Amino acid sequence: MTAQQAAEKLKEKFGQLISEPQLFRDETTVWLNDAGQIAAVCQYAKTELGFDYLQDITSVDNHPNTPRWEVVYQLYSLQHHCAIRIKTAINESISELPTVTGVWRTANWHEREIFDMMGIRFRDHPDLRRIIMWEGYPYHPLRKDFPLAGLPTEQPDVAFAEPAPMEGGPFVTNPGVKTAKEREPRAKGET
Amino acid sequence: MGEIHDINFREPAARLPATHDATADAAAEHIELNMGPSHPSTHGVLRLVLELDGETIVKATPHVGYLHRGDEKIAENMTYTQFIPYTDRLDYLAPLANNVAYALAVEKLLGMDRQLPPRCQYIRMICCELARISSHLLGLGCYAMDCGAMTVFLITFTEREKIYNLCEWLTGARFTTSYTRIGGLSRDLPHGWVDSCRKFLREVVVTIDEVDRLLTRNRIWLDRTRDIGVITKQDAIDYALSGPNLRGSGIEFDLRKAHPYLAYNEIEFDVPVGATGDCYDRYLVRMEEMRQSVRILHQCLDKLPGGPDNASGEPINVSDGKIVLPPKSKVLTQMEELIHHFMLVTQGVNAPPGEIYFSAENPKGELGFYINSRGGGTPHRLKIRAPSFVNLSILPHLLPGHLIGDVVAILGSLDFVMGECDR
Amino acid sequence: MRRKGNGFCLTMQTKANIGYNAKLEDEVIVTRLDAMLAWCRKNSLWPMPMGLACCAIELMGTGASRFDIARFGAEVMRFSPRQSDVMIVAGTVTYKMALSVRRIYEQMPEPKWVIAMGACASTGGMYRSYAVLQGVDKILPVDVYVAGCPPRPEALLDALMRLQEKVARQPVLGKKQGAI
Repeated sequence: MTAQQAAEKLKEKFGQLISEPQLFRDETTVWLNDAGQIAAVCQYAKTELGFDYLQDITSVDNHPNTPRWEVVYQLYSLQHHCAIRIKTAINESISELPTVTGVWRTANWHEREIFDMMGIRFRDHPDLRRIIMWEGYPYHPLRKDFPLAGLPTEQPDVAFAEPAPMEGGPFVTNPGVKTAKEREPRAKGET
Repeated sequence: MGEIHDINFREPAARLPATHDATADAAAEHIELNMGPSHPSTHGVLRLVLELDGETIVKATPHVGYLHRGDEKIAENMTYTQFIPYTDRLDYLAPLANNVAYALAVEKLLGMDRQLPPRCQYIRMICCELARISSHLLGLGCYAMDCGAMTVFLITFTEREKIYNLCEWLTGARFTTSYTRIGGLSRDLPHGWVDSCRKFLREVVVTIDEVDRLLTRNRIWLDRTRDIGVITKQDAIDYALSGPNLRGSGIEFDLRKAHPYLAYNEIEFDVPVGATGDCYDRYLVRMEEMRQSVRILHQCLDKLPGGPDNASGEPINVSDGKIVLPPKSKVLTQMEELIHHFMLVTQGVNAPPGEIYFSAENPKGELGFYINSRGGGTPHRLKIRAPSFVNLSILPHLLPGHLIGDVVAILGSLDFVMGECDR
Repeated sequence: MRRKGNGFCLTMQTKANIGYNAKLEDEVIVTRLDAMLAWCRKNSLWPMPMGLACCAIELMGTGASRFDIARFGAEVMRFSPRQSDVMIVAGTVTYKMALSVRRIYEQMPEPKWVIAMGACASTGGMYRSYAVLQGVDKILPVDVYVAGCPPRPEALLDALMRLQEKVARQPVLGKKQGAI
């Protein structure tokens, strides 16, 4: 089965939802008109058409055009050695898609990254939180209206889940003070 | 003397009703251990938060992103050629392979991937395979060092220094080479390079055999890697593993065979596949891949179009002035070439609008580039499908049930690199 | 070194001029205790490798057999900050990682020094983006910067030698020093 045949089968099954397959540089792309159906389409592609390998999920920001975001699913079939691309578009009013983590478990981290970088949410995702930037980072960096040099944020308080066990206790460091005697941890109350 | 307060003892377990959930009690005894981000064995800045029941891992949560440098956003502000140094620093153990994969991706977008001169293809294949040997040597060296076998690290690094010598002679830098260009290469092979490469290949086989003798039937190594970190076939496909991790689980899939790029269909080589999917199998797959890379390199060096010194003057670049910088002699004397040079340097290669996805078989797995172009010299969106990012996502599923000491063995066998994972 | 008569006159960095004539003094060197201790200190600088990115590979290469850093007494690259003297920040420091780097620096006991290895650690390198700290000297006091992307192992060893000169100049014993 080639990618072209797979695209035609998708069109047979889902009718109006799937666009005509487009061919560019030997790659087949189909558009899905309703983003809410992506999980069903992916499930069909995996079980019936044999696309068991999800190579990539990407998001593209079309700001200031509408629809603002395109989400691109790159599917691959290990049995038939063919790849197909399914694209769907969403805009700011409904910036939410169903997750395909139930279809391929690898989608978990891809979708977390898309949420982190673009701000697109995935409904029913098992653990939708930031993966690349730190928890509590207020922006979504890959959006077109976010500058490359970044915007000022607060110092991230990551790398430790809780404060170190002895923090605030008798042996504390006092960084930034001049003499080593004051900087080094010493039992409080000693001179 | 103050008052003596009554001491409240916790309800002893025996007095609790039978329906009490024992695991809730046990949960209070789990230790949360933080591994990294600065840790000798996490192969970079990976943070693993492990929930332990004694020494057994109950839950593992990897935290990545400590090396996120914003490559994809930078790519939207750079021309295609300006982005090549950034690709070096993705998988910084095999920079030549990243360069080749990126150049092929952009050339696919431009529609000229079939028009590469044969000499260029062969040299790129040589670069890829040298990078593969280099990456596996370091991967195995660090894996063995983390498990305690320090000698292997020193042996493999000595061989890597020889590869660095070759790279430096060829490209000018030990690693972070930025060797390929869109449409070709930056320079041809220097005189004598091929002979040096052959000499290196003779020596590296000896080293691979030495590492083999040290590790493969070593009782300690077997105990540490046999039946540890078993990844089933179904899991491997579901989690989209690639490269030696996928093949170690028994799935025979190699992009060089399935979708041959460059001139891999003219070269004979085998693809090693593991049987059980444990750490030991992944180690064996990498060892055998190195031997196969040596085999490929011998064939490439023998079949190199134009021979070692390019006596017949084979081109190494596509001869299109709109894609490859024209020779300086023409730029300084002819108007057309001057304009091409100017446009290429200031605005970059004029790519057609459209999108492509190209993936290459990198030493770590499948490195893919998704380029969405709106025309012009800079991409609208460049997504790097990093094999290490995808390979790491299996950790929360794989680690529970193992001991803490196995974590190091599993991380080493997955052979990821954080520069690629976080981009 | 200046030649003086039949012997050598070694000029140590802490202005301790010693004249050493083997025939007269017979294997006895007279120097200041400070210079002796500084000599010990500079020849056994134990690094805390903060190996973050590609520079870490060159750092490992410096520790391997070809560019042996053990010749300088610095092969003890244990990842324990409590037992190290110099932190070699090798690689890009991102905002997310910055807290860890700072925290580990604070865990190192005095006296401590920092080598910023590579372009990314010195100034942010070629990554002028939202996630990269433009130079580790924004959070740590850096003693030696090494240029390069990545710097060759020889460059790192040169930086280590310059740091050794700096360490030798620092007084070990003195009224104003705190912890010993």
